[in-house]
Amino acid sequence: MGKVVVVTSGKGGVGKTTSTAALGAAVAKTGKKVALVDFDVGLRNLDLIMGAERRVVFDLVNVIQGSAKLSQALIRDKRVETLFLLPASQTRDKDALTEEGVGEVIERLRSVFDYVFCDSPAGIERGAQLAMRFADEAVIVTNPEVSSVRDSDRIIGLLDARTMKAEQGEQIAKHVLVTRYDAGRAARGEMLNIDDVLEILSTPLLGIIPESQDVLRASNLGSPVTLSEPLNSAARAYIDAAKRLEGEDLPVVVPFERKGFLDRLLGRRAA
Amino acid sequence: MNLLELFRRRGSAPVARERLQVLLAYERRNRSQPDLVSILREEIMAVIAKHVQIDQDYLKVSMDRGQTMSTLEIDIQIPNKSATPLAMAG
Repeated sequence: MGKVVVVTSGKGGVGKTTSTAALGAAVAKTGKKVALVDFDVGLRNLDLIMGAERRVVFDLVNVIQGSAKLSQALIRDKRVETLFLLPASQTRDKDALTEEGVGEVIERLRSVFDYVFCDSPAGIERGAQLAMRFADEAVIVTNPEVSSVRDSDRIIGLLDARTMKAEQGEQIAKHVLVTRYDAGRAARGEMLNIDDVLEILSTPLLGIIPESQDVLRASNLGSPVTLSEPLNSAARAYIDAAKRLEGEDLPVVVPFERKGFLDRLLGRRAA
Repeated sequence: MNLLELFRRRGSAPVARERLQVLLAYERRNRSQPDLVSILREEIMAVIAKHVQIDQDYLKVSMDRGQTMSTLEIDIQIPNKSATPLAMAG
């Protein structure tokens, strides 16, 4: 039986989809069978980040409504052969997903794949609650910034109350993934530091992804950063986070500012 | 900007942390009892409606949380003209 991991945050734009793609690809590269499921019905983007936007024929809603088979809707990645994508539909009907339907699809994926990553939509409404409903674990994507931390706290409350696991009296395993971390600004006291975020959320840390131009470039190219530039600092941080998700005991290194004299003089930012 | 000011200028992160801690402590306390007041309000309304017809606006429920004790204040106004017992009205 595979593990179901929801990637969630409450707030939009913090990097849920990017992180789903990067973590999923990193896990799949180790040979595990991985399915990425886009729950953002109406505003799907995981297909675009994965570079599969022109290969979408059927989607999650088609599968739930019975107009397509699960095997027809799953798109196999062209780079990693154990990596699959189940896209969201672009329908505007927000009730297109039913709890029974989602539950059925997740159970079937769970029986075939080692990992099922559910990319949650932003917010705390129905879509976000369905994305987390059947999860065993949660990755809470957080930016070191007040509104993101507040929304993460809200989502943690929902994870502990509204998931199947929570309702059965079990604990859902939660991990905070701090993204867009700028070591320089944190050092200057302009940005919440990691200890602040962890103390406030009192949830264990999965990893720290440094702010990086390469993440944007990877999105532009339609490839998870862990595949296109695996040596980049953000990609390495994602790869380490994926290992921790798989249970490896790997210490988290807080990124520090690496600036040479010339960089300082020119006010250049560390990548 | 003089040099002293440059040294005195502290980052804004400590302020952010403090504001978050205060806010989240408050939000978590409220979350543990999801809208207790509105649940109470609904149920009280249902009990009263069995016997007397009153308007929603005439029922006020509020809760005041203190350090050692909390108080629940329920204010029900029954206007004379609509206070007809249902059995008679029906």
